[in-house]
Amino acid sequence: MTIRGAALIAGAFEHPLRKIPDKSVAQVHAEVAVGALADAGLTLSDVDGYFCAGDAPGFGALSMADYMGLHVSYLDSTETGGSSYLAHVGHAAAAIAAGKCEVALVTMAGLPVSAPGPGAVTPSAPEFAFENVFGTTTPSMYALAARRHMHEFGTTSEQLAEVKVAASLHAQHNQNALLQKVVTVEDVINSPLIADPLHRLDCCVVTDGGGAVVVVSPAVAKRLDRHAVAVLGHGEAPKTANRGRIDLTHTGAVWSGPLAFAEAGVTHADIDYASIYDSFTITVVETIEDLGFCPKGQGGAFVASGALRAPDGGLPFNTDGGGLCNNHPANRGGMTKILEAVRQLRGEAHPAVQVPDCEIALAHGTGGSLGTRMGSATLILGRET
Amino acid sequence: MSETVDTHGAEAHIGSDLLAPTPPISAETRAFWEATTRGELQVTRCRTCEEYTWYPRGFCPHCGGLEVEWVRVSGKGEVYSWSVVRRGGLGDYRGAEPYVLAYVELAESVRMMTNIVDVDESALAIGLPVEVVFHSTEGEAALPRFAPVQG
Repeated sequence: MTIRGAALIAGAFEHPLRKIPDKSVAQVHAEVAVGALADAGLTLSDVDGYFCAGDAPGFGALSMADYMGLHVSYLDSTETGGSSYLAHVGHAAAAIAAGKCEVALVTMAGLPVSAPGPGAVTPSAPEFAFENVFGTTTPSMYALAARRHMHEFGTTSEQLAEVKVAASLHAQHNQNALLQKVVTVEDVINSPLIADPLHRLDCCVVTDGGGAVVVVSPAVAKRLDRHAVAVLGHGEAPKTANRGRIDLTHTGAVWSGPLAFAEAGVTHADIDYASIYDSFTITVVETIEDLGFCPKGQGGAFVASGALRAPDGGLPFNTDGGGLCNNHPANRGGMTKILEAVRQLRGEAHPAVQVPDCEIALAHGTGGSLGTRMGSATLILGRET
Repeated sequence: MSETVDTHGAEAHIGSDLLAPTPPISAETRAFWEATTRGELQVTRCRTCEEYTWYPRGFCPHCGGLEVEWVRVSGKGEVYSWSVVRRGGLGDYRGAEPYVLAYVELAESVRMMTNIVDVDESALAIGLPVEVVFHSTEGEAALPRFAPVQG
């Protein structure tokens, strides 16, 4: 059994704010839920499957089902950090294909600016005493990956900077984006070092916010007026520290990508647009290599060629400005990756960055850390007419 | 305009007085931390498949073996990757910047997260030969960090 053709994304919503000082996390989850359902032409009473991750407060899916008054027959709270929501869409499609539900709601929200909480890794984690005790920070763990990638493949800071430049060129058209100013390679490499070799402008933004999608069966989609996009393929894979033999130069996309391409039955040449998780510039370079858009080690040269720039680059990416410029709600960028892919397939991206005749899109998430352990998830979505 | 580079002094000497927070110690890892107070670096090795594992644990993730033993290792290795943390230290490390976070590959071929200490910034490089040093904490543990091999 595959999920190809079994489910469609009928509703999508992104919270427009980047700082939300007067609301709770549960409240923002509920707001984006209602927003996505309204986009689909549905209401909370239509929902019979609910999906959320570790950003949901309290008892997670139970607390949020209770808060929103949901009566559902299927729950999933798979937690792989920022990639969770891409996995949720795949799981929702599988649940729909198995007849477990037919209107699946996926929500995410967080307030790291207005109400910062504890980090995801607590002292009870078995790795804590052997990693965090040495002063790990999120940028420095990605910096370890960047340094090693530079060492093995000759990748340069200037090449990494082009990822941010392309994102900023897109973000100038997004009036909700936190950073709308176009930057240059020089701006990036002259910005302060946070953790060598990563500069401030190699790092994603920190914002409040959230988003939601509604995944439905073909029968439900047929009854709705809204343009739904098809879930064609899904793949997910954790990448671990490999029992003490970690390789910092690749991501779990080497496994999740082929699974998604095989299920979708498409090739790289078919991908018109890609949302690529961009917690840091190095995340994008490693991911596009691992997904097979260029040979391993050639990601730096690939991005430096301008390939990521919409609408004319070979692999237009993150046309909302991505995590590097637009938003990164709850320090998790996976939901927004789905949302911009849906916009592209619906033809609703900003006209300046809309990929003409966009038929097939890929969205990829990276949760956890390139420097230790991560959850990778890949979705391939198709325009449905 | 963005800010210009500031704390990038190429001749800086880093980590000679880096603070040493106390790690959480569990029944599973008590023997490891006790050894550090004697100046010994240990890793776990499976009694069945004889593979080394890092981080140390009472389980063999290579073969599923439940019988593992603590073995002392030389504490010599080389830098596999490194970063100077210049901003954003968390918890005990807030304000401790700059310090060096690194993976060191031990001679036994496991790669462990650690700090490189007592090092000239200009000497930092992948492949730099290093050896373990132990920094006492307030608890029953010392942190295994690494310094460049002298001479």
